[in-house]
Amino acid sequence: MRIHLTVNGLEREADVWEGSSLLTALREDLGLPGSKNACEQGECGSCSVLLDDQLLCSCLVLAAAAEGHRIRTVEDLGKDERLHPVQRAFVDAGAVQCGFCTPGFIVASYALLRDNPEPSEAEIREALSGNLCRCTGYGKIIEAVRRASREMYR
Amino acid sequence: MPSARVVKNRTEFEGKIYEELALVQGADIPAWSADAELRHVGRSRLRVDGPQRVSGRARYTTDLMLPGMLHARVVRSPHPHARVIRVDAKRALALAGVRSVVDRTSAPELFDEEVHYVGAPVAVVVGETEEIAADAAHLVEIEYESLPFVVDLEEAIADRTRVQRKESYSRGDARRGFREADIVVDARYTTSTQLHNCLEPHGAVAQWDGERLTLWESTQAMFDVRKGVAKAIRARLDDVRVICDYMGGGFGSKLGHGHYSEIAAVLAKRLGRPIRCVMDRREENLVTGNRSATVQRVRVGATKDGKLTALEHVAWSGTGTEDGWVASTTGPSNGLYEVANVRSEQFLVLTNTGPFSAFRAPGYVEGTFALESAMDELADKLALDPLALRRKNYAKLDPQSGKHYSLKRLDQCYSRGAELAGWSRRKAGGTAGRHAYLRRGMGVSTQVWGGGGGPPAYATIHLNADGTAIVRAGLQDIGSGTKTAIAQIAAEELSLPLERVRLSIGETDAPYGPASGGSMTTASLGPAVRLAAVDVRRQLLEVAAGLMEVRASEIHLTDGHAVAGRGGKKLALDEVFSKLQNYTVIGRGSRHPNPEDVRLRSFGAHFAEVEVDIRTGAVRVLKIVAVHQIGRIVNPLNAKSQVEGGVTQALGYAVSEGRVLDRLSGHVMNANLEDYKIPTVKDVPDIVVEFVPDLDRRANNLGGIGLGEPPIIPTAAAIANAVANACGARVRTLPITPARVLEALRR
Repeated sequence: MRIHLTVNGLEREADVWEGSSLLTALREDLGLPGSKNACEQGECGSCSVLLDDQLLCSCLVLAAAAEGHRIRTVEDLGKDERLHPVQRAFVDAGAVQCGFCTPGFIVASYALLRDNPEPSEAEIREALSGNLCRCTGYGKIIEAVRRASREMYR
Repeated sequence: MPSARVVKNRTEFEGKIYEELALVQGADIPAWSADAELRHVGRSRLRVDGPQRVSGRARYTTDLMLPGMLHARVVRSPHPHARVIRVDAKRALALAGVRSVVDRTSAPELFDEEVHYVGAPVAVVVGETEEIAADAAHLVEIEYESLPFVVDLEEAIADRTRVQRKESYSRGDARRGFREADIVVDARYTTSTQLHNCLEPHGAVAQWDGERLTLWESTQAMFDVRKGVAKAIRARLDDVRVICDYMGGGFGSKLGHGHYSEIAAVLAKRLGRPIRCVMDRREENLVTGNRSATVQRVRVGATKDGKLTALEHVAWSGTGTEDGWVASTTGPSNGLYEVANVRSEQFLVLTNTGPFSAFRAPGYVEGTFALESAMDELADKLALDPLALRRKNYAKLDPQSGKHYSLKRLDQCYSRGAELAGWSRRKAGGTAGRHAYLRRGMGVSTQVWGGGGGPPAYATIHLNADGTAIVRAGLQDIGSGTKTAIAQIAAEELSLPLERVRLSIGETDAPYGPASGGSMTTASLGPAVRLAAVDVRRQLLEVAAGLMEVRASEIHLTDGHAVAGRGGKKLALDEVFSKLQNYTVIGRGSRHPNPEDVRLRSFGAHFAEVEVDIRTGAVRVLKIVAVHQIGRIVNPLNAKSQVEGGVTQALGYAVSEGRVLDRLSGHVMNANLEDYKIPTVKDVPDIVVEFVPDLDRRANNLGGIGLGEPPIIPTAAAIANAVANACGARVRTLPITPARVLEALRR
């Protein structure tokens, strides 16, 4: 089936299977593999995207349900070579190891800081508890969110 | 060009020592001294590929979408042991978009007649999309003949045909040692099967061009994948090119090629189109490896004043269907303490479950939990401070070889760790929490591991005419930051800014490089990279000397200039480069053998502080202090991350992770990330990390060894010891669940 949606500011059209998830459509049909597929059950958050500004796991949304909606993925946060402050903060804090979970954390952190410019540590932990990382100990990820908050709202 | 020679070398890999011949070139150089003024090495540098990883631009194997690519899904056995009678693919083949279904009849090289665990491969469906292939996989009808099976480790241990003795070790006379003991602790410990759950699933993409196969694979060991796949498909090494640019975690489970690699390679050739075969999360939890569950018996005898007289450690490790090797669970008991009489045995136990594989410090994680728990039980009986007991039995020399260590600063790890943890606050019997039902306690545990690395490892560095350098090495970066460390080492010796050093890595059409495993990547490859850079510098100085009309021995490189010692004549390197035009300066380096007269090992100590709710048995880990000694730290920022990550995996192992098997069906009941509990951001405590600053100058020309595995080794025992200290509950089974704490409290 054909779907029409706005992805990262561009009107896009894709021919997808009726059972396809939004994640599959993004990765395989729309050429945006930044969102990762790691569990396909909404447990790890690696596929986090914004749908009409709302943070969600794109593996849990049918591509067909995204018809007519606005999607933002990690690829849209930094423009060209310029990283978004959240992305910069993840690099600067050393919050990235293998990097597979990172796009999901970046999108989730972006959504957190958009709604809550100066989150407490407890709020950061709560907001990121839907994202799993197997390499870091999360400490540097928390630090990255704090850094980004300072950078964006100072 | 320096000539090559063959040298003998001894390398410790995953707890076992290998003696091998290695080919090296030229001569080695000494490690940088402690007062050497280094601009890159030893300083925190941001990951050279950080921007790619945070922007979504980094391409992992699973991200690869080749034109015309097909997707393969494996149909897996629901039986823990069965004979495959018949595979009927008619309905699957009738689904639109299905290109092929193969089973044992059509592809005997890919399948066995008997399946020995739930998840064993029986057939493969190839479809135009992954969804089609997955859908069709459900339509393949398979007739099985069920066969008897055992999935429970304890049950398997009782069956002699399933048990093999793989390692035994002794020194002195353990029996006599126990007679000499005033106190003996004799305890049985069990640990659960830990699942890797790397975020990037295992998988490969294969594409043929005539006789040449290109295989993109998420792997820790490209060269082993090349060797394994070439053998499996009977190809020449130069006909197989393995590429692994970015990879999303491995933790030991991606050290060899997988069944998926063979599926992709074989079927891509047959169908004449690229094939992608990537596991889903359930398969990750069933078939891609795990840390062995263990049953261990530790007996430790000591005199009244705490001197160990004998130590006996027998370990049974469930390896699933893997009957080749077993991890060295008894390694820590063999080599950590100064005790004259030691006896240990390591058994492999076969069960009808997915094969085990290396998992970050295989064996030592399990064994250290048992040994270091037993040491605390002994300290309790002797009414000694646990730290004092460990110090009392401190091995100054390697107890196994009698050799000196190249560096051992475990005593400093203990004292600095104790300081950071506030060990002096620890009280026998624990301390009170905010409420009467909350008890607090502290525990300590020790880490010993190899990780010295060794040959073979080679690197070349090309210096371009504009003063930029390209390091070429057979390296894959598992995520630990090896790439950045290698760039720092090259930049250091070349006196170049980091951004002028580019890496050309991630494929096997390069000089051989080591696996990203065994804590040995940087310690193996780093010294070769340094020598390659030294070789470039030597050639550059010769060119500069010619231009300056002085002898090469009279000048040195500093601040982007060649400077003559006398008279202070200076020549900007940019000028040298401009004279070179299209020439490439090529430097070569190889990893030289390890020193023979010393043992290379890393040490560390972890301190845990916990709070136990004695009503519910819930354990909250409040703080972990980790102090490690590996000699020189190339990049402190990334090294700290490595330790925090290791501690966090260990935290999961200690309190929440464990594969759950159904004994009657042989099924894994928690083969997903919802029911298999890896730590989340809400579970991690305060983790304090420090390194002993002393250099390990005998180890290699960097002065440091590997850090990948050490941080996961001692944590679980430190937590168990802290729980016992807090409330008297000695939990001898991992993970330490609330139920187990309550049960121990009732004892």
